[in-house]
Amino acid sequence: KDVGDAITPLVKNEVVFICPQTIPGTKQEKLKAEVLRVRGRRADVQVYEDTTGVAIGDLVEQSGEMLSVELGPGLLSQVYDGLQNPLHRLEVMNGRFLLRGEVAAALDRNAKWAFVAKGRVKDQLKPGDVLGTVQEGRFTHKIMVPFLLRGTLTIEWIQEGTFPVETVIARLRDAKGRLHEVSMVQRWPVRVPLPVNLIKEGSSERKFPTQPIITTLRLIDTFFPIAKGGTGCIPGPFGAGKTVLQNLISRYSDVDIVIVVACGERAGEVVETITEFPKLQDPHTGGTLMDRTIIICNTSSMPVAAREASIYTGVTLGEYYRQMGYEVLLIADSTSRWAQAMRETSGRLEEIPGEEAFPAYLESSIRNLYERAGVIRTNDNSEGSLTLIGTVSPAGGNFEEPVTQGTLNTVKTFLGLTYERAYKRFYPAVDPLQSWSRYTEQLAPWFLENMGSSWLDGVAHINQLLIRGDEISRMMQVTGEEGVSQADFVIEQKSTLVDMVYLQQDAFDDVDVSTDINRQKHSFSLLVSIVDTEMVF
Amino acid sequence: SDDLVSLQAFSGTKGLSNNASVRFLGETMQAIYSENIFGRIFNGSGVPIDNGPGLTQEPKVAINGPTVNPVSRVLASRMIRTNIPMIDVFNCLVESQKIPIFSVAGEPFNKFLGRIGVQADADVVIFAGLGLIFDDYYSFKKMFEDAGVMSRTVMYVNLASDPVVERLMVPDLALAVAEKLAVEEGKRVLVLMTDMTAYADAMKEIGIAMEHIPSNRGYMGDLYSQLARRYEKACDFRGAGSVTILSVTTMPGNDVTHPVPDNTGYITEGQFYLHNGVIDPFGSLSRLKQHVIGKQTREDHSQIMNTMIRYYSEGVEAEQKQAMAFDLSEFDHKLLKFSQLFKQQFMRLDISMALEPALDACWVLLAECFDKEEVIIKQ
Ligand SMILES: Nc1ncnc2c1ncn2[C@@H]1O[C@H](COP(=O)(O)OP(=O)(O)O)[C@@H](O)[C@H]1O
Ligand SMILES: [Mg+2]
Ligand SMILES: [Mg+2]
Ligand SMILES: [Mg+2]
Ligand SMILES: [Mg+2]
Ligand SMILES: [Mg+2]
Repeated sequence: KDVGDAITPLVKNEVVFICPQTIPGTKQEKLKAEVLRVRGRRADVQVYEDTTGVAIGDLVEQSGEMLSVELGPGLLSQVYDGLQNPLHRLEVMNGRFLLRGEVAAALDRNAKWAFVAKGRVKDQLKPGDVLGTVQEGRFTHKIMVPFLLRGTLTIEWIQEGTFPVETVIARLRDAKGRLHEVSMVQRWPVRVPLPVNLIKEGSSERKFPTQPIITTLRLIDTFFPIAKGGTGCIPGPFGAGKTVLQNLISRYSDVDIVIVVACGERAGEVVETITEFPKLQDPHTGGTLMDRTIIICNTSSMPVAAREASIYTGVTLGEYYRQMGYEVLLIADSTSRWAQAMRETSGRLEEIPGEEAFPAYLESSIRNLYERAGVIRTNDNSEGSLTLIGTVSPAGGNFEEPVTQGTLNTVKTFLGLTYERAYKRFYPAVDPLQSWSRYTEQLAPWFLENMGSSWLDGVAHINQLLIRGDEISRMMQVTGEEGVSQADFVIEQKSTLVDMVYLQQDAFDDVDVSTDINRQKHSFSLLVSIVDTEMVF
Repeated sequence: SDDLVSLQAFSGTKGLSNNASVRFLGETMQAIYSENIFGRIFNGSGVPIDNGPGLTQEPKVAINGPTVNPVSRVLASRMIRTNIPMIDVFNCLVESQKIPIFSVAGEPFNKFLGRIGVQADADVVIFAGLGLIFDDYYSFKKMFEDAGVMSRTVMYVNLASDPVVERLMVPDLALAVAEKLAVEEGKRVLVLMTDMTAYADAMKEIGIAMEHIPSNRGYMGDLYSQLARRYEKACDFRGAGSVTILSVTTMPGNDVTHPVPDNTGYITEGQFYLHNGVIDPFGSLSRLKQHVIGKQTREDHSQIMNTMIRYYSEGVEAEQKQAMAFDLSEFDHKLLKFSQLFKQQFMRLDISMALEPALDACWVLLAECFDKEEVIIKQ
């Protein structure tokens, strides 16, 4: 599409609106779109919605802004689509179908928040520094100097009280003497990591992750730990249990805030989450799970281009809460659908395709995405983390395909689900011989301090047992039980025991579903002592 | 090239010349929607092909309508009884579910699908035939007529000899009408589609004709999204009816990793495997069954289901031992007897039995094959 007039520049990744011709007297539709390529006075744009009826000659409006989200109090408990439209509000406005061109503000304009100022007149602040706080449910929500501003700013005026998000609560003067009015809501372009400028200006600092996230899943916490602020992936064929595993992680992990990105998978699964989370207690603080959750829901029949954006929307919200010092977990189901959305767009742009028609920049996109995880320390000495875990849905269940490979080259924990284990109902169907965590060394001091000096040796020892047990069991398939020595048979039986009582964990059993870290400590040492027992016959 | 548009001619392009004229109608494709569609048969252009009265003056509904807002869905909670024990007892079909029958050429999947169309306790059954050979079309029609269920049935049929472009319209016609009946009339609609592999192949054919870049074995990169757009029409609407989709997906070369069954498996809520003339109790899975088992069905349902499957699986192992001429224990012989009777009494495709008698029959079979102390059932 040709966009712009002769004067306004065309900006890559700018949001534009296509205005299809309408019957006079009816409401003008505006279809949100993003500029993907600029060539001289021509631009290619990807429309985020159904393009039926879009024609040559339609008016295009430029927004002057890259695809952005709203940040402020009231994000928690919301269910958004990939472009941050609140789905409950859309339902109130338009009924049960998602109508094209219909949008709603992400943050409720009528809700009021009690703002407590921390900054005083004449204080000198940098972007990201705290102006004050509001109480968002059980969370203290920091209102920060807009991240898009630069340099040092001076508070000229600040007020306290209970206001809607858009009320001006402070005026800041920058080094060049310009005045900026600040409210409780700010915007950030989703494709840019939120702390980039803050890190550049030295007001935030990236830290090396040193603590594990405790998922209460034995197999993860004991064998394949993920760092808080780290990354992990869960590839597996359909039906192997990716979604169930992710749901468990999102329920039981010891984090403050969870962001669920339902990216191109079933709507029915999101409905389960939306229905259950408000009824479930947060095991760590008592409120409901929904109070600490944001759901980004761009399921498989929702617009594909918005699906591509949905992960960035989720990550940006996660970065925002991390900036307040919270521990945030983002789970994305499934990153393959995100990659496929990229592939569809790339195909439309007629870019030269790479393997399986994915664009050549697939791997770098995956890397850039996971690099947004991490631990951040801010100016006020608080530390927050963003942990990123994505499922991967490999075509044919074959891990050799580009999305799985690109992801494995990036993330530091790999929980590979196999059809064989799922078929045997060995849940979670993570194959312990294929999976790995590259955090073991990094987290060793934590384990030493919290799990005791023999923990890591015990884990390594049991790992060896599993490998050996597998070798023997494969031998037995050929030779029968009689074909192996008694000693080997005992090893095989011990390895089966480890699998049955420790690795497997039933998601639908009230007790087994979650094992806290202390209980893991005890049951694992019990397990090691059983394994170490000489068997006499 | 700025003002070129691509068109797809429904009837194919054989014999079209470069001075043929084009007239734009200014509307998208629509399906006839009124009470007069029941008992009728339409082609992929939405035109009746059953020699019945014309319906050109009837109201219409746009196809390919908007997606339902996820927050307007409700959790699946009601079973659709089919009176087929391998479904009702072991892998319930649940209202709003989308689930395929994975099968291979030569298996009786169409006969099976037709029986479900006849026996299922849905208000409305909408049948979508995709690239059907005439004999199959005839059999479906005859089955519905003979069973006297035509008055709750609407058929959309694209025959193997019909244009491929029309094939692409059939699911959209069927699903648009199904959705409308669920939303406006509160109906519990069951949509049957066969064969979705023919549908995917039609998409492939058009994609290649349009010179799009395929991603995998000739299928386009949007195969998943295209299939999902259709399957996700399955929905339980808050305050209205529901759409449930049961489809057939044949697996070329019996390969479940082929792009069509593979993408389908990622989209749907489980699958029924139909091979060797029976529904495989191991590979088959209804992901929604836990929403109804023991909640909407009898209390003993869950335990009996798990116990039967466990013994059948042990029975199959005993059969393998027997085949390899290993020694069999006394209990192995009991297992062998059990698995034989299980196949005869439950697995045969022609068995019709309501859920409760089927659960009772499970208890009887267990009692017949095992001693009381041998049957381990969690209390
Ligand atoms: N940890 C588990 N415990 C018990 N059952 C499980 C577990 N994980 C998966 N399942 C079973 O497997 C089915 C498919 O799991 P799901 O997570 O939806 O698969 P995927 O997302 O990989 O397609 C579930 O409906 C459930 O019946
Ligand atoms: Mg899943
Ligand atoms: Mg599920
Ligand atoms: Mg902190
Ligand atoms: Mg695909
Ligand atoms: Mg309903």
